[in-house]
Amino acid sequence: MAELDYKVVVGLEIHVHLCTKTKMFCGCALSFGEEANSRVCPVCLGMPGVLPVMNKQALEYAIMVAMALNCEIAEFTKWDRKSYYYPDLPKNYQISQYDLPLSANGFIEIPLEGGKTKRIGIIRAHLEEDAGKNVHSEANFSQVDLNRAGTPLLEIVTCPDMNSASEVRALAVELQRIVRYLGVSEGDMQKGHMRFEPNINLIITKNGAEYKTPIAEVKNLNSFRALERSVEYEVQRQLDEFAETGKTIETGNKTTRGWVDEREVTVLQRKKEEAPDYRYFPEPDLVPVKLTKEWLAEIRGHLCELPINKQIRYVTEYKLSDYDAGVLTAERFTAEFFEQSVAAGGEPKRVCNLLTQTGLKIAKERGCGVCDLGIKAESLSELSKIVESGTVSSSAAVSIFEAMVETGKEPDILAEELNLIQKSDAGELELIVEHVLADNAKAVKDVKIGGKKSKKAHGFLLGQVMQKTRGQANPKVVSEILDKKLG
Amino acid sequence: MQDELLNMDCRQLRDGIASGRVKSVAATEAVFKAIEKYEGAIGAYISTFKKQAISKAEEIDKKIASGETVGELAGVPVAVKDIMCTSFGTTTCASKILESFHAPYNATAVEKLAAADAVIVGKTNMDEFAMGSSTENSGLKQTVNPWDKSRVPGGSSGGSAAAVAGRLCYAALGSDTGGSIRQPASFCGVVGLKPTYGRVSRFGLVAFGSSLDQIGPLTRTVGDCALLLNVIAGHDPADSTSIDEKTAPVCDCLGKLDEPIEGLKIAVVPEFNAGAESGVQKVIAKAIDVYKRLGAEVIEVDMPHLDYAIAAYYVIATAEASSNLARYDGVHYGHRTEEPADYIEVYSKSRAEGFGKEVKRRIMLGTYALSSGYYDAYYLKALKVRNLIRGDFAKVFERCDCIMMPVAPTTAFKIGEKIDDPLAMYLSDVYTIAANLAGIPAISVPCGFDEKKLPIGLQILAPAFGEEKLLRTARIYERETDWHKEKPRISN
Repeated sequence: MAELDYKVVVGLEIHVHLCTKTKMFCGCALSFGEEANSRVCPVCLGMPGVLPVMNKQALEYAIMVAMALNCEIAEFTKWDRKSYYYPDLPKNYQISQYDLPLSANGFIEIPLEGGKTKRIGIIRAHLEEDAGKNVHSEANFSQVDLNRAGTPLLEIVTCPDMNSASEVRALAVELQRIVRYLGVSEGDMQKGHMRFEPNINLIITKNGAEYKTPIAEVKNLNSFRALERSVEYEVQRQLDEFAETGKTIETGNKTTRGWVDEREVTVLQRKKEEAPDYRYFPEPDLVPVKLTKEWLAEIRGHLCELPINKQIRYVTEYKLSDYDAGVLTAERFTAEFFEQSVAAGGEPKRVCNLLTQTGLKIAKERGCGVCDLGIKAESLSELSKIVESGTVSSSAAVSIFEAMVETGKEPDILAEELNLIQKSDAGELELIVEHVLADNAKAVKDVKIGGKKSKKAHGFLLGQVMQKTRGQANPKVVSEILDKKLG
Repeated sequence: MQDELLNMDCRQLRDGIASGRVKSVAATEAVFKAIEKYEGAIGAYISTFKKQAISKAEEIDKKIASGETVGELAGVPVAVKDIMCTSFGTTTCASKILESFHAPYNATAVEKLAAADAVIVGKTNMDEFAMGSSTENSGLKQTVNPWDKSRVPGGSSGGSAAAVAGRLCYAALGSDTGGSIRQPASFCGVVGLKPTYGRVSRFGLVAFGSSLDQIGPLTRTVGDCALLLNVIAGHDPADSTSIDEKTAPVCDCLGKLDEPIEGLKIAVVPEFNAGAESGVQKVIAKAIDVYKRLGAEVIEVDMPHLDYAIAAYYVIATAEASSNLARYDGVHYGHRTEEPADYIEVYSKSRAEGFGKEVKRRIMLGTYALSSGYYDAYYLKALKVRNLIRGDFAKVFERCDCIMMPVAPTTAFKIGEKIDDPLAMYLSDVYTIAANLAGIPAISVPCGFDEKKLPIGLQILAPAFGEEKLLRTARIYERETDWHKEKPRISN
């Protein structure tokens, strides 16, 4: 085979459900798996004679996301009808935005390995109403559930700036983190709150010539893993197809492919011979929206520090590792809890360890967030301080943390109650050390010889002291005494 | 007694009922007697609600007897065009596809009639989905003109106009997308008002051309028209295109109705009017002379873009209609074909069977106009023409209070005369369409007859939200003449 090199090119079309109180154009509450067709009214059923009324909260949520994605926000935006016939679409047109979307030309910074970031362009973000769901039965009929019809849906289209499956995943995770930080979506892929449809192709260099493979759009992706795996699969499939057929973007059609989760493959759904004609035209039942400076300023006031910025700041400001910073900033409330504890005087690294190694573990066991454990940020800060000062050991801190969750008591009180305060009295510890040295002549000899054995023997002696004090000796102080005695 | 009761206008009847001199039940029963006698000949109604109407009338009479306060239209029997949703009966839009559609809610305008204690007697016939100018496109029945049963009542609100003219109700609501209230009002010799776009809520009005549709009253007098407008006008949070009270407060159109207008300036468009039949032209000129005699100044103006109104209208209205009517597909709403071969046929056959010829024609036209590659040449261009027409009106209203012209180029034509010539039919809207494109209010007032004794309407157009002055202007004429007192002699 000839010399072959390739580059992966991926752009994403993303749909995000906004968690508003009511639907996009009517007063129905959003549906979370209720009985079919129980969250509907004449408006979202598209009955003859009904008219839509815009949900202001949905528009504001959409603008918040657009702002977080660094988009230009339109001063004037309007609604359009997108026409197509489908059973799950009550009016046979969808109210969407066509030529004047609420925002365009933004970017998102996504975290990569090793604390680096990459900027991915955002082409546009606009608001529309979701359709219902067709429910197919084994028998010769299908049913339609319109509970979802009219749910506010934010469509985000990225530039084809991603060049690997892991970048695609990173963008998806980052976007989830953003919408959750903003509190505008639950962002749960399994529940369909976020849908990602990657458009994938390859730029292949073969014998010095460049070929682009036909674009495949992949649907039915219900998890980050499926998203990532589907891109990996497509890369290999398109390489194979190119080797076999030589088809390029000029000679092959764009295709829509569906991801089959059980088999981890994509299968052909349809070839796009020509672009469907959606016959867009301005929605006459809604008035255009003017976004005044004052209104936009008010909306901007609802934004918060973006997770990626926090993550970077934790590394530079608190000297945390990128990994730790990532864990702390995964959820907004964890990050805020961390920051409050640090603000109360906790040493950042110490607070981070307590939170990531103990706090998140307990929270996970209880199926809640760290901030729901009933612990005040000041108390966590206090706990970090008594570890830092050597009053308790870091292993004792775990027990104290657990007890704090159980009892709600303050860490210093628990340290005493649980008898976990470390012995740091040099005089008392010296006596114990002397006993241990007397009982372990061989180890003492080994230490004095030096070399590899010496280190091991030193550790052994330290362990003996710790055992004798039932773990309450301050290892730092013990070590110092040992050094002095064996010096 | 029967005739005396039926010849009252809404205000006389309402005042009679309120004072206890007349019973609403008596008026309602008189209406149903007239319906029993003449409906077979006229065919104005698609459905009537005798039991419900009489029980509502009884309730009003009781309320009045016990001294309770009642609404503006207490006890007055009125009809509603069958394109407005009612939570009772069917809402068919005179289409086979919706023949059995029961709406679960009331249109805002219907709700307001009910809140004003009106007695709703029935729902009137119309061109299918309001598409037509003769009511011949009804998929359900034929309505004739009470003045000449061989002729059309006009359309699309032909049933409402015929019912009001034929004394089968005291007043009716219609809808006007391109003249559908004014033209049948003119053909049937009644008053018909198309309010400013946004003045009356469209919620519950089954959409034809959403940016053009407006609900309005058909009545026997200008005063009744003012009364009904007072009842149905106003902002509706359920209709984003209804104007909020801050921008254009609803004013009482009845209170100052008889106040004179000093220095009234009337615009006429001589070149444009020349297209009307000579009989119509003469009668309109005479009507304008009445205003002159009373001291109004008549100014000849040029409105260069009116010639393009019909073309622009039939692109915009059909484009919107093609989308508005997409939901009648046998899957979501309307008639479903019996044995479809596949899923696509559920759509195509249901629609082929359910829609009439004219509706199909307009869906095709509108779909074409919105299709990729044609959008700019048709839809976008039509929107530009629409803006130019708005500009023409704005310029005239800078120096004139109103514009006067015929409602239609002819009087009522023979049934069947134009039904196979859609273009000729479309041209009968030539004078009414511009008001819809510009969103301004316009009224048709009876102003005489042609040599065949067929009624002619004078159309008066006013600036947006100028209904109060428009009605006063119309009332000036009505006070000076007796045309509105003429009534058809209906034979069986």
